[in-house]
Order: sequence, then structure tokens, then C-alpha cells
Amino acid sequence: MDQSMVNKIKAMPQFQQLVAERSRLAWTLSAIMLVAYYGFILLIAFKPEVFKIVVMGQYTMLGFPLGVGLILLAFVLTGIYVRKANSDFDELTQQIRDEVKQ
Amino acid sequence: MKLMTSLIGLAALFASGAAMADDGGLFQPKTIMFLIFVIGTLGITYWAAQRTKTAKDFYTAGGGITGFQNGLAIAGDYMSAASFLGITALVYSSGYDGLIYAIGFLVGWPIIMFLMSERLRNLGKFTFADVASFRFQQTPIRVFSAFAGIAIVILYLIAQMVGAGALIQTLFGMSFEVSVVIVGILIIAYVTFGGMLATTWVQIIKAVLLLSGATFMAVGVMYLSNFSFETLFQNAVENHAKGMDIMYVGGLVKDPISAISLGIALMFGTAGLPHILMRFFTVPNAKEARKSVFYATGFIGYFYILTFIIGMGAVAFVLGNPQYFSDGKMIGGNNMPAVHLAHALGGDFFLGFISAVAFATILAVVAGLTLAGASAISHDLYANVINPNATEQNEVRVSRVATVVLGILAIYLGIAFQSQNIAFMVGLAFTIAASTTFPVLIMSMFWKDMTTRGAVIGGTLGLISAVAMVVMGPAVWVKVLGNAEAIVPYSNPALFTVAIAFVGIWLFSKIDNSARAAIERELFEAQFIRSQTGIGAEGASKH
Repeated sequence: MDQSMVNKIKAMPQFQQLVAERSRLAWTLSAIMLVAYYGFILLIAFKPEVFKIVVMGQYTMLGFPLGVGLILLAFVLTGIYVRKANSDFDELTQQIRDEVKQ
Repeated sequence: MKLMTSLIGLAALFASGAAMADDGGLFQPKTIMFLIFVIGTLGITYWAAQRTKTAKDFYTAGGGITGFQNGLAIAGDYMSAASFLGITALVYSSGYDGLIYAIGFLVGWPIIMFLMSERLRNLGKFTFADVASFRFQQTPIRVFSAFAGIAIVILYLIAQMVGAGALIQTLFGMSFEVSVVIVGILIIAYVTFGGMLATTWVQIIKAVLLLSGATFMAVGVMYLSNFSFETLFQNAVENHAKGMDIMYVGGLVKDPISAISLGIALMFGTAGLPHILMRFFTVPNAKEARKSVFYATGFIGYFYILTFIIGMGAVAFVLGNPQYFSDGKMIGGNNMPAVHLAHALGGDFFLGFISAVAFATILAVVAGLTLAGASAISHDLYANVINPNATEQNEVRVSRVATVVLGILAIYLGIAFQSQNIAFMVGLAFTIAASTTFPVLIMSMFWKDMTTRGAVIGGTLGLISAVAMVVMGPAVWVKVLGNAEAIVPYSNPALFTVAIAFVGIWLFSKIDNSARAAIERELFEAQFIRSQTGIGAEGASKH
């Protein structure tokens, strides 16, 4: 990629929109995952008694839904990203590619 | 034709080996299933060998794997026999702690998805070093990446081979040495002849088998518990010596530093494993790369939920059953709860299935590791440093030789470490990955001012500190070397070593005022545009 191409793409509004939207989404979702996981770890380290709260019957305690919830959260967050990327980001990328080809 | 004959010969050799191995001989369910798997995968290797001509075919299966297939293959690469048997065994012995551990292995995947997967695909070609060397100086960055990558691969390989030997010995009654040699020969056959295409399909088949087997077991456990978690947990609590303690946080996580440190090693280590990173170059574009991570996250997360149910099921239905114990100890060792549960649920036939699955699991992971190690040698060291004028044929030939050498080395190391305490090795591999390849990759993709000097010095500091702190920590200093007290009190030092690597990269890039550094900073824009748009990225080959 030569410098004129770099400058051309950099100046495109679609490119700026792609970069801004993608990084906002990626960092937001990363932050949610990091806060959820390290929150969980800190809870284990500093407030383990929370895990003894019984949530159902006599044997199902908070730890079980919390753990499974974290696994589901990981899956759902990746799903949100893929959905958004497949529709919006890919379209912007295609526009940039088309314009560069001309 | 010659290839066909040698593969058939290989299959016949294993048939006779398996026939001699056990008193039940060739007609035991597990032996039959084992042979079906071996013959099937060798057939795939033959098919893949016809399609593996170029370097691109060998390293990345021509870049033509779909996102769904790659998601399964990633899951197949990542769900090792150690994680299936190890995590169910951990749940069996400590209950809820097993789930905490399993979660750590999953949470790296969303981060890989959001920050790395598309960029990796858009920038890379065959190995992760391609990504880092986009704007950095070839020789130093390739040598550093190859060394870090090979160190991770070898540590992981030793753990897998020793585990494989012990497991196959228990399941099929062959000697440890024979088991390790069989694994070594099979993966050499898969990888040298079939390259990434055969490796990918072995991983896909293994993932499907493992997920089906684990699903069947979890459903069986829930069936016996009237499909109620409450009943399952009640049975488990009443059966376990620790009683209610298995339902909440136990002794796995001792202090906050160790807890956070373990989390960092698992989360960011996943994002730095060479055999995992390499899988991103097998798909045709960034869209398929992100789809792979989505499917992989789903399969791996589902699998870890199953392992928790299976572990609890083993407490409820295996613990206390005299059939599976002798002298108060579990037959076959502490890692066997899942295997015995398979027998309790589905008899000899299902035990045979799970044994064959465990074997397939080992092969798939070892094949992926060997291919990643061989690529580091042939692509990064040979073709880009030692002999930059090498033809493609030369490069592929070197990678095949490297595969054979690594396979033999794996056999040798497996036997050499047979009776050593190797519990620390996977942890060390994750810690090194989190402190070397991960920081170098992420910084090179996100930080404009990074330079070659920063990458190599920072990454090397991460490597040295990771090795030193693990060796001086309780896992090696006390448990392996027999000293009374560890110099580094933390069982996992990733919190410090990852920080050392990042600060090292930052500092040595900042103070780098060389002319070369200025060029590298300028190249960031072109790299950034390619990483975002995929313009100029490697496509899939056309056959």
C-alpha cells in the first residue's frame, strides 16, 4: 500500500466511521467481559461468603448460576459483536474497497 | 500410491499392536472404536495429502476452511484430554472450584474476538510472527517469536505426551512407551503428509466426538437426577466427604494476588498460544475469522458446562461404587472419574467410545501443536531468517522434516518426563504466552510508537521473568526441586510478568530514536488500514 492510497483511505468518511464504531463496540464489550470476570474473581477472593447464598431449594447456591451466567455472557457478547460486524462493519468495509478500486 | 501403501501399513501395524495389547484382544468395543478412528483419520490424511501441494496448503489448508469448521477445529484444538479429564476430576475432588477454573479457560475468547481475530486474519499469512513482522525488522522479531512459540509448544507437548502415555496405558493396557510412540507416529503421519488440512479435520472429528460423548454423559447424569440440578447436587453433597463444601468456593483460590494472576494467565495466555493463533490463517477472510471465534466460544463454553455436570455426576454416581475403587483408591488414578462415569452410564460399549474419544483428543491437540512448532521453524526461522531465498518447495520440505523431528522429540520428552512432576507445565506455557506473544501482538496492532527494539526487549523480559518466577515459585521450587519454601510465594506470577512485558515494550520503544524506529512508526498507518479493511490481505487459494 503506497502513501497516496493510505492518505486516500484515511480521509474517507466511511473509514473514519468504521474505525470509530468498531473500536467503541470492541472496547465496550471487552470492558464488560473484563469487569464481569475480574469482578467474579475479586468476589471469590474478598467476599467468598456470597457464594453460600442459597438461590433454589437447599443445595443450589449463587455460585452455580453465577458461573454458568459468566459462560453464557461470554457467548452472548461474542454474538453481539458478530451480528453488528456482519451487518454494519462489513458494509462499510465493502464501500471502502469499492471506492479504492475505482 | 506409495503414500497409500505406507498409510495402510501403518493402520495394520496398529491393529496388530492393539490386538496384542489387552487380554480382550481385537474384539473389545474400545479397540474396535480406536481402530475405526485410526483408519478413518489415516484415510483423511491420504485425501488431504493429495490436496497439500504449496506452502499455503501445508500451513493453512489453502485458507479455505469455513468459519463454522474452524470454530469446531479451534474447539478441538483447545479442549484437550487434560481439560476434559482434569476439570471433571477437579470438580469430582473439589466441586465448585472446578467450574471457577474452567471459566478462566473460556473468558479469553471474547477478548480474542473483540481485539484480535479480524486483525490477525487481515495482517497474517502463515504464523503469528507474520503479523508482528509487518512493520518490524524481520530477523529479530522472527527469531524472538519462533523461540517464544517453540518454548510454549514444547512445554505444552510434554504435558500432553505424558498425559497421553498414562491415559492410553490405563485405557488400552499398552505400556507407557508403546502408547507414547503410537501417538508420536500417528501425528507425524497426519502432519507431514496431510499438513493443516488433515490436522483441521482430525480436530473437527475429535471435537464432534468429544462434544457428543460429553453431551450423552451429561444427559445421562441429568436423567438419573430426574432432570433436576437440585437432586443432582443433593446426591453429590450427600456422597462427598466434604459435604456442602463442594457447592461453594474452596481452597483453589488462596489469596487475591494468586486469584487475579491465574485469571490473567488463563485469559491472555489463550490469546498467545501459537497453535491457536495459527488457526486464524486457515479461513478466507476476517468475516470467517470472527465467525470461527463465535462458534468456538459457544462450543467451548457448552463443553465446560458439561464438564461441571459430569464431574458432579461422578461424585453422585461413581464415588462409593466399589466397582471403580481398589484399596480406597480410584482405579487408574485421580484423573479417571469421567472414564468410570462413562462405564457407569453406558457400560462397556460407551466406555469404549469415551476411551477412543480421549485418544482422539490427544492426537488432535498434539497434531496442532506439532504443526505450529514446525511452522515456526520452517517459516519464521528457515524461510525468513536462515535462507530468505528459499523456494516454496524447500520451505515445505523443511517443515516436513521439522515435523518429523518434533514428533520424535515429543516421543523422547514424553518418555523422559514420564515420572516427573509436570503439573506446572501447562500453567507455565500459559504464563509464557500471556507474557510474550500476547503483549507483542496486541501492542503491535494497537500502538503506533512500538518499535522492533521495544518488542524484542519487552517480550524477552516477559519470557525471562515468566520462566524465573515459575521456577522460583511453589510449583517448581518446592514440588519439583524439593526445597522447603518458595522464593516467589505466588503459584502463578502472570500478574507481574505480563506487566513487566508491557512496561518493557513501552519503555524500550519510547527511548528508541533510531532511524529504523521512525520508519516503523510511519508504517503503522498502512498496517492499521490493512488490519481494519483487509485491503492487501492474503486470500484463499483457488483450488
